[in-house]
Amino acid sequence: MDKMPKWADVVLIPLISLILAAALSALVILAIGEDPVAAVRLMVSGALGSTYGWGYTLYYATNFMFTGLAVAVAFHARMFNIGGEGQAMLGGLGVALMCLYVPWPHWTLALIGASTLAALFGAAWAAIPAWLQAKRGSHIVITTIMFNFIASAVLNYVLVNLMRPQGSMDPATARFPEPVHLPTLHELLAPIGINFSKAAPANVSLLVAVAACVLVWLLIWRTRLGYEIRAYGHSETGALYAGISPVRITMIAMLISGGLAGMMAINNVMGEAERLVLNATEGAGFIGIAVALMGRSHPFGVFLAAILFGFLYQGGAELALWTSIPRELIVVIQALVILFTGALDNMVRMPLEKLFLSLRKGRA
Amino acid sequence: MDFLTLIQVFDSTVRLSTPLLLACLAGLFSERAGIFDIGLEGKMLMAAFFSAAIASVTGSVWLGLLAGIAASMVLAGLHGLASITFRGNQLISGVAINFLAAGMTVLIAQDWFRQGGRTPSLIGGGRFGGLEFPGAIGPADAEATGRPVSELIAGTNPLHQVYSDLISGHSILVYVAFLAVPATWWVLFRTRFGLRLRAVGENPAAVDTSGVSVVGLRYAAVAICGLLCGIAGAYLATALQAGFVKDMTAGRGFIALAALIFAKWRPWQAMWACLLFGFLQAIALRYQNIDVGGVVIPVQVMDALPYILTVVILAGFVGKAIPPRAGGEPYVKER
Repeated sequence: MDKMPKWADVVLIPLISLILAAALSALVILAIGEDPVAAVRLMVSGALGSTYGWGYTLYYATNFMFTGLAVAVAFHARMFNIGGEGQAMLGGLGVALMCLYVPWPHWTLALIGASTLAALFGAAWAAIPAWLQAKRGSHIVITTIMFNFIASAVLNYVLVNLMRPQGSMDPATARFPEPVHLPTLHELLAPIGINFSKAAPANVSLLVAVAACVLVWLLIWRTRLGYEIRAYGHSETGALYAGISPVRITMIAMLISGGLAGMMAINNVMGEAERLVLNATEGAGFIGIAVALMGRSHPFGVFLAAILFGFLYQGGAELALWTSIPRELIVVIQALVILFTGALDNMVRMPLEKLFLSLRKGRA
Repeated sequence: MDFLTLIQVFDSTVRLSTPLLLACLAGLFSERAGIFDIGLEGKMLMAAFFSAAIASVTGSVWLGLLAGIAASMVLAGLHGLASITFRGNQLISGVAINFLAAGMTVLIAQDWFRQGGRTPSLIGGGRFGGLEFPGAIGPADAEATGRPVSELIAGTNPLHQVYSDLISGHSILVYVAFLAVPATWWVLFRTRFGLRLRAVGENPAAVDTSGVSVVGLRYAAVAICGLLCGIAGAYLATALQAGFVKDMTAGRGFIALAALIFAKWRPWQAMWACLLFGFLQAIALRYQNIDVGGVVIPVQVMDALPYILTVVILAGFVGKAIPPRAGGEPYVKER
């Protein structure tokens, strides 16, 4: 018998955790001498009050959908992939190689080519920790952390020594050629008569991210492989008994996870910057952890949580612009969300379970 | 490379190893008791900020050190609450603590000092100075003779060079860090507390059965971890550098974690691992690219080497690193 109804687990607990995180964030804003209500108002108007704001919110959300899905898929196989950051960096390298060295006739083909190589690079970067976990039992959390640092050293070397254009001081690649420019939401929506902000970076990769959410949902809940991944995540011995190979599931789940993280690069590198710079990922790989935790590892939850974090990011940028609250407030909120929805989950869950049990006893 | 250059590289190795060593020993206590801690970075960062902030406000580096330790121990307490009391995921708690520190330090620094997320530069009593050993060449001799210290050291015999440059002249926290190694060994392997602490990381049920509190022991370990991370952070901001800047730990918490695995969770080996990783940092700091017999090693290889070495060790190709058996598992008493 479940201790509490499903809706409480899916909706109530994340909601309470979110309220706790929001309340503490409000206290932080109060403590640095600003007005939390005014701050929220500014964030809402800055992030959702105009198509410009929405354009940024959705741009950030696209990044977080990819990295959130990446963490979520690994969570289903009971693995914690902290390496999204490094995998997304390598994905950026894949995108840059495809865009700079292949003469694409049209952006649609370029998008397919770039996302394939981005996914392959991301998956390859996840493959080594996955293999070490599956075959040698090395803890995947530690190895993926190490691989984040190695990725940033690799990217640094490639940008400074190999891909930097002659005479440029900036550790970045050359600008991508015009044919690989991805249409922004402005360009996509103009033909059907919707006037969307020209300056906002949200682009067609948002649709790819949404498609990825649907595909991951299909994979996890509607395919045999997804069933095996979930079975392995619930009980390794049970899965083994049912003839599921732990090595195979570990590898496949991590390859999918790394591939999704790598595909983030079509948004930030190909869609926005249109060249590869150092630190292009800007921590989005880590935000994926918060997004996956809040979304309860369900693709629809990840979709919603990604938009919420997109809102927080754009709203936080507006706050930093108009008030004396630094952008780091977002990092604090992100930490609190991870803390309450992840590490302190039981703090919310235990009293609720007791409450529901006593309610049920009262009825019986 | 002449002898004096070598001594200088070793000297900088010792300075750069110190924060790694303190954080590594901090992780050693925590992980030996079965509490994984990837929040070493965050605790160091928080301690670095509060030590620099209090030292700059009060002008006393010792008050700064205390504030840094207190800040680090608050985060350690949070980690304990999440992973011991509420039996949450220790890794996720660590990630949260790292972000909390990264955000809060800048937020508070901006609120208090309005200098773009840094503290004012520490001067005089706000910083740990070097300890001069008797007979060693130091700033006092330089003042007396009117020549710079480097010139005086260059003019003396090699043994005296080692003594003056490498052994003498560090801040007191450096000596604390290196004395903490035998102390840690003694506590863990020669005291009853240490035996129990190690047991609680291997088989908490057995410890519980013998009537010793698993929760109490694990909180004690997490508290020691907070204390040592606090000293490490204070060293960064008040001895190695003069003040706090945003994200100043720069991955040192993770290098310490790497060193801990490299040392297979043993104190003496932890010291050697930290010295090795500190040496790599010292080399990377001094030389951009190193030419080894015609092959140029780029500086990025030096940056990545600690992580690569750790992955190799973790992979078990060079001796297997086996973590404490109950590590990462919350303990649930049988009912």
